[in-house]
Amino acid sequence: MKEKIQNIVEQYQSDKTRLMDILWDIHNQYGYISDEAVNQLSDALNMSPPDIRETSSFYHFFHAQPAGKHQIYLSDTVIAKMSNYDEVHTALEKETGCTFGTIDESGTFGLYHTNCIGLSDQEPAMMVDKVVFTNLTTEKIEDIISALKEGKSAEEIANPNQHPHTEVSYIDAMVSTNIQNKGSVFFKKERNYRVILSKCLSSIPEEVIETVLDSNIRGRGGAGFPTGLKWRLCREAEGEEKYVICNADEGEPGTFKDRVLLTRSPKDVLLGMIVCAHAIDSSVGIIYLRAEYWYLKAYLEKQIQEFHDEGLLGKDILGRKDFHFDIRIQMGAGAYVCGDETALIESCEGKRGTPRLKPPYPIQEGYLGQPTSVNNVETFAAVSRIVEKGGAWYKAMGTEASSGTRLLSVSGDCSYPGIYEIEWGMMLNEVLRLVGAKDAKAIQISGPSGECVSALKDGEREFCYSDLSCNGSLMIFNQSRDMLGVVKHFMEFFVDESCGICIPCRAGNVDLLHKVERVIDGKACQQDLDEIVSWGTLVKSTSRCGLGATSPNPILTTLNKFPEIYKKKLVVPKGPLLPSFDMDAALTGHKNAYKILMKEEAE
Amino acid sequence: MKTEITLDGKKIQAQIGKPLIDVASDHGVYIPSLCYMRGKPCLGTCRVCSVRVNGHVMASCTVPVYEGMEVEVDAPDLVDMRKALVEFLFVEGNHNCPSCEKSGRCELQAVGYETGMMVSRFPYRFPVRTRDHASKYIWLERDRCIFCQRCVEFIRDEETGQKIFSIDKRSTHSSIEIDVKLADKMTPKQVKRAADICPVGCIIDKDLGFNKPIGERKYEIKSIKERILKGKTNE
Amino acid sequence: MSNVVKNEIASHELPATPMDPAVMAKREEKIQVAMIGLCGCWGCTLSFLDMDAGLLSLLDKINISRASITDIKRIPKRCAIGFVEGGVANDENIETLEHFRENCDILISVGACAVWGGVPAMRNDVTLEACFKEAYIDSPTTVPGTKPVIPFHEDLPLITSKVYPCHEVVKMDYFLPGCPPEGEAIFKVLDDLVNGREIDLPTSINRYD
Repeated sequence: MKEKIQNIVEQYQSDKTRLMDILWDIHNQYGYISDEAVNQLSDALNMSPPDIRETSSFYHFFHAQPAGKHQIYLSDTVIAKMSNYDEVHTALEKETGCTFGTIDESGTFGLYHTNCIGLSDQEPAMMVDKVVFTNLTTEKIEDIISALKEGKSAEEIANPNQHPHTEVSYIDAMVSTNIQNKGSVFFKKERNYRVILSKCLSSIPEEVIETVLDSNIRGRGGAGFPTGLKWRLCREAEGEEKYVICNADEGEPGTFKDRVLLTRSPKDVLLGMIVCAHAIDSSVGIIYLRAEYWYLKAYLEKQIQEFHDEGLLGKDILGRKDFHFDIRIQMGAGAYVCGDETALIESCEGKRGTPRLKPPYPIQEGYLGQPTSVNNVETFAAVSRIVEKGGAWYKAMGTEASSGTRLLSVSGDCSYPGIYEIEWGMMLNEVLRLVGAKDAKAIQISGPSGECVSALKDGEREFCYSDLSCNGSLMIFNQSRDMLGVVKHFMEFFVDESCGICIPCRAGNVDLLHKVERVIDGKACQQDLDEIVSWGTLVKSTSRCGLGATSPNPILTTLNKFPEIYKKKLVVPKGPLLPSFDMDAALTGHKNAYKILMKEEAE
Repeated sequence: MKTEITLDGKKIQAQIGKPLIDVASDHGVYIPSLCYMRGKPCLGTCRVCSVRVNGHVMASCTVPVYEGMEVEVDAPDLVDMRKALVEFLFVEGNHNCPSCEKSGRCELQAVGYETGMMVSRFPYRFPVRTRDHASKYIWLERDRCIFCQRCVEFIRDEETGQKIFSIDKRSTHSSIEIDVKLADKMTPKQVKRAADICPVGCIIDKDLGFNKPIGERKYEIKSIKERILKGKTNE
Repeated sequence: MSNVVKNEIASHELPATPMDPAVMAKREEKIQVAMIGLCGCWGCTLSFLDMDAGLLSLLDKINISRASITDIKRIPKRCAIGFVEGGVANDENIETLEHFRENCDILISVGACAVWGGVPAMRNDVTLEACFKEAYIDSPTTVPGTKPVIPFHEDLPLITSKVYPCHEVVKMDYFLPGCPPEGEAIFKVLDDLVNGREIDLPTSINRYD
């Protein structure tokens, strides 16, 4: 083992900022990261063993103990739970012989829950050893597990026709693309990237930034910061090197647009990154790809290679002696919070995905302390079209303040889940008609961190930055859905995904979750609702990053739009005991303990 | 360079770029904190120094002074917010002051007094966290850790610069860890430093238990507020 | 509890020499104050007595209708102010606390045990089973060779699975931490209430230990 680990470390020049890659290489080789491996790394990287664990233990997909030869992660989303999640869950436990969170006796299978894996349009879905299976049923589970038992690899099962990993057919063998509605910006076929780039490079960086500013495009990650401005600030910031990072850590439950963009239009994204590199004067780009999208990695690497071969990446791009730019893929390892740009940068540097304090902002001090522009996959893809067609062309679409189009990932109770390109300014009602949501009651805009709106009351609201500034996730719930159950699920998600560095988020989300459970259990009174509002406001205003600033939203926005679902569960206290006090739980322990001890004594 | 900012309605002159929390204390306004240490890099973990800057709630240790800042510290909602954050810290761990060696010299307790906490509005959790007493000089009482990260950032192995303390896992599963090998190399002075900067009774110097009688302990002689306002640090 | 239905008499119901009607009438006019202990060490009750001479200054206004000195189990009449020492550790505590909540206008948690469980709550990180085992089976005072007895009888209170702060069982109006709080702190709270002021405990006497 010592030699193998030494080799791995040497591959990264003993650079501790590449710890994520080193840990992945070890994990891929051994199936987990043992204490022995950590001790070896400790010597090689001059880090104490707990310091290495500080990083590895932060990420959901890194195991410290043997985790099964086949590691199965069932996507645990509200959307999955609206289809056959329960039967799939049962079938997995039955077929593998282990319960969730454990491995079976032979060590063949490890079963785990995981948060949204970006396949909400084809749930239930699961990851097995870096490939995915969708639209699961009991029969499919039986087939997959028995094939694994026969010694087939997950990849062979998912890709029976043996498409090369580098081809789109490999991805298509596993997942559907489901592009339901195309617009003017995305998924354009047969683009001449060379011509577009050479036109772009013929303009000086300031002009390119001007074009992007003219287009009025704003970041698609959720915060909506003007892309051109970010680039200008990054260009103006002083630094020895500048970095371009593409945020492909699409972790918001319900979104999958980046997966589809990276599958159908990967070169749009790469081109957007090259344009950014030209604009801010960078020579290093990183795509931070979430581990849930491992199956896209080889394909994306091939796209990068093709650009290299065509002279669009690498040294002397398109013959220009002063322009060198390379892109590497940094794999994440399962942490929603890494979608935050500063947490993502920390992760790229081999550390825990803890959001940084701001200021300084990434455009001032980002990756390795240098000015860094972190942009969303969709932003880069859109920019590739803006430099082709001009800022005015883009600005003409959408509304005055929200230009262009955006991609929606639509899932839940509708006839046509999938990807929709809409112009900003479209009304919610229109979108609901488009996707065939006939009986919608509630729509979760922007995933759990966003807003739950009412089909009845909010149909006239517009998708735009000043109203429904959607980050791409749109989950639809019909009249029959248990919305309190949905809220509970979302709060569990935030409890699980909080990085834990600041107290309001680490502790507050737990208390908010318990409040929702209290409501569901019929043990809450009006005071509990008042406390939900007050505690939720506290968590929102005092948390360190966007996760805590939005995590109370599932409760607060449903309480606002659907107060009746809470109110009808409330109880009025009878007598002095608080309704939340569980007398049975308080008093059964004595008798049970007595029985157990008397039995032990008798034996 | 100095600029004029407004602090609770009063115009004051403050150095641009200086942490707001320091500027406030220099002007006699005490803002409680459990992770910030004057002169050290800001950690921004406890959020107890939250104030309102130009309408937005922010942790004042993370905010450098800039021109035209309007800062509110003593608005009733902010006073309650800071108190609530301290209350969170009390229920998240087991802060049993009557039986704790750090009582009387514990910053969490002292800040509890300053924020006027009498009880926590949040449910007491009584977490079960295992103690670690494997190292020669340090007793790690994990259920008192508030994850301020002072020890993680400011106490390093003097020879290699490696981390002696670190955080394992994330979210509610987080725990403070100690590298026993490196901890056993610590000098008595460094051990004392680690125990001193720990704002709670989590890092305990094994040689030092209940060292002072009640009434004569650190924050009983002089409150944390007085120490910060007069001596700039809580030491 | 079962003894309610049994033929038992509470101590305050026992025959007693009638009081002077004038004194009784005067008492009726005063603010009724009571204090009870749940699962605690009675240290807070001692602190209550530590109000010393301070208490005398209030006696014109208050009547202490129940305290450890009188040792009656229930409050004979409605009180304005109830002090509760100790946390909730058995079903008798629950009943008593309910009784106080029903019969006091203002209810105050006094001391660490009432406020958050205190020293008894140190058992909250082990199971009840382990507690009983330690106390009744593996205890150093267990007589060797005898069959251990774990209390479980209808006449004995049931031990709760964990120790609860009072405010997790009934609504409490105010809290006074400390182990125990100083007499001075209790006096301040009482004095504020009796004089109709909002309770304002100075930082210098707010103590958690």
